[in-house]
Amino acid sequence: MTRQEVRLAGFGGQGIILAGYLLGKAAALYGGQHAVLTQVYGPEARGSACNADVMLSDSPIDFPEVRHPSIMAVMSQEAAESFLPSLVGDGTLLFDSDLVQLDWPGRRFGVPATSIADQLGRRIVANMVMLGFLSATTGLVPPEALEEAIRTTVRAHTIELNLRAFEAGYTRGTAA
Amino acid sequence: MTVRQAHQERVRTGDHFINGDVACAEGALAAGCGLFAGYPITPSTEIAEHLARRLPEVGGTFVQMEDELGSMAAVLGASWAGARAMTATSGPGFSLMQENIGWGVLTETPCVVVDVQRPGPSTGLPTQTSQSDVMQAKWGSHGDYEPVAYAPASPQEMFDLTVLAFNTADRLRIPVFIMADEAVGHITERVRIPAAEALPSSSRPRPTDAPGNGFLPFKAGPGLVPPMAHAGEGYHIHITGLTHTERGYPTNSAEVHDRLVRRLSDKVLRRADELTLVERVWLDDAQVAVVAYGGTARSARQAVRIARERGVRAGLLRLITLWPFPGAAIAQLGLQTRLVVAESNLGQVAREAERYTAGQVYRVTHAGGHLLPPEPILEAILERA
Repeated sequence: MTRQEVRLAGFGGQGIILAGYLLGKAAALYGGQHAVLTQVYGPEARGSACNADVMLSDSPIDFPEVRHPSIMAVMSQEAAESFLPSLVGDGTLLFDSDLVQLDWPGRRFGVPATSIADQLGRRIVANMVMLGFLSATTGLVPPEALEEAIRTTVRAHTIELNLRAFEAGYTRGTAA
Repeated sequence: MTVRQAHQERVRTGDHFINGDVACAEGALAAGCGLFAGYPITPSTEIAEHLARRLPEVGGTFVQMEDELGSMAAVLGASWAGARAMTATSGPGFSLMQENIGWGVLTETPCVVVDVQRPGPSTGLPTQTSQSDVMQAKWGSHGDYEPVAYAPASPQEMFDLTVLAFNTADRLRIPVFIMADEAVGHITERVRIPAAEALPSSSRPRPTDAPGNGFLPFKAGPGLVPPMAHAGEGYHIHITGLTHTERGYPTNSAEVHDRLVRRLSDKVLRRADELTLVERVWLDDAQVAVVAYGGTARSARQAVRIARERGVRAGLLRLITLWPFPGAAIAQLGLQTRLVVAESNLGQVAREAERYTAGQVYRVTHAGGHLLPPEPILEAILERA
């Protein structure tokens, strides 16, 4: 049984939950995997640290909570400081190099997700850049499945922008 | 009156990646729910939120009520108007609904009440999980009655059991409870919605005679469930929360009361075998059996799986129906195995299970606040093996 625990973290408003949802949806509906998305329902507000947890497996998932993520993508300094201790020692860390500075002795890949999104015209799609980057660097979920999840989830007039952001992140990831 | 036109499909056949609350809402739509009346409360809010958008699209009615007393009353009224009707809440709201739930029991009004449980007493921990309303589902309203309550363990079951709840409610003319928990309401997983024609469906018993003076609205046949006439159909009937005769009129007779309350209980208890659903996992050769339900059953299944990997003959009895209590399944299991009950409360099902077995029932309990993890359940299995 292969199981992967993934944690995406940033600040409220960055679309962290949406990124986690798309990862889970892509895996469960278009990637032939089992996936569970959990999120913390607390009094978090826009701007404070938040996270979306996705468990992926090739068999049905019982206990759904991510406790020891082996892959983590962080998009804010506060989130990095809050959640990094939960990453397993040989885990892979992905980070938005525009917003996060850290020391992680293990496998780590940075991508300037926010400035790439800015160049595409809207900062709000930095989460899609990170999602593409994650797909390329980890191979967790194939890009076609993620693109299909994007197409079937985001509002029609934003599909193209979201896909461009995803592809930009993916391209960066293949070169990382 | 405005007649709403349906412009979206009721049954969203296909695979979806949705949370348990949304799956419950889709289950209600697929079952033909015509009215949702509720007062949003975490962790059930997404049910109301989703139905507020979806019900009008399919010609149904969504009402945000002033409180849970009104919510329950509106649901009962809609049911007498002929609609399938539902509300959703959490512990604090479930408390407020109890008086009108009793009215629904005595007037034999089919409806579905969803309780996405969070830790109590009182407002407790609003955003966290719990299973501490299990006994409230049984005893919450005053008087003798036998409820039917289901405990979904996944978003898929939030859909499936909501459909089943509407069918059970109509078939028996009772309020039926979905006793979900925050963990199941808020996790997002794949949910497969079948084709509309593949969905199970059963309906209320209805009068066969045309309206006239001879109709007795609370006279039941051998099945103990009287046919239900709806408002506006011409049957001039009286519906009351007072003890009533078969004609529906109040009475002070102790004999009528005893006969009525026994029938209301018996119509459920006589069907206990078909109503009590359980899932048996690796029980055939089990030395230790974990009894669990809802979100906690997922942790229990993982604990049992790990125990098996370590060579311990462990199994899981997952309760899908909580009421009527699956006592027969527990009694049978108690003869051959040592029992461990794992639940997110301080022993509500464990105590009930003890009534059905001579042996000791080992408890793994937590008052709620987080999903009970597999480790303490595994520890209990290993200790008892």
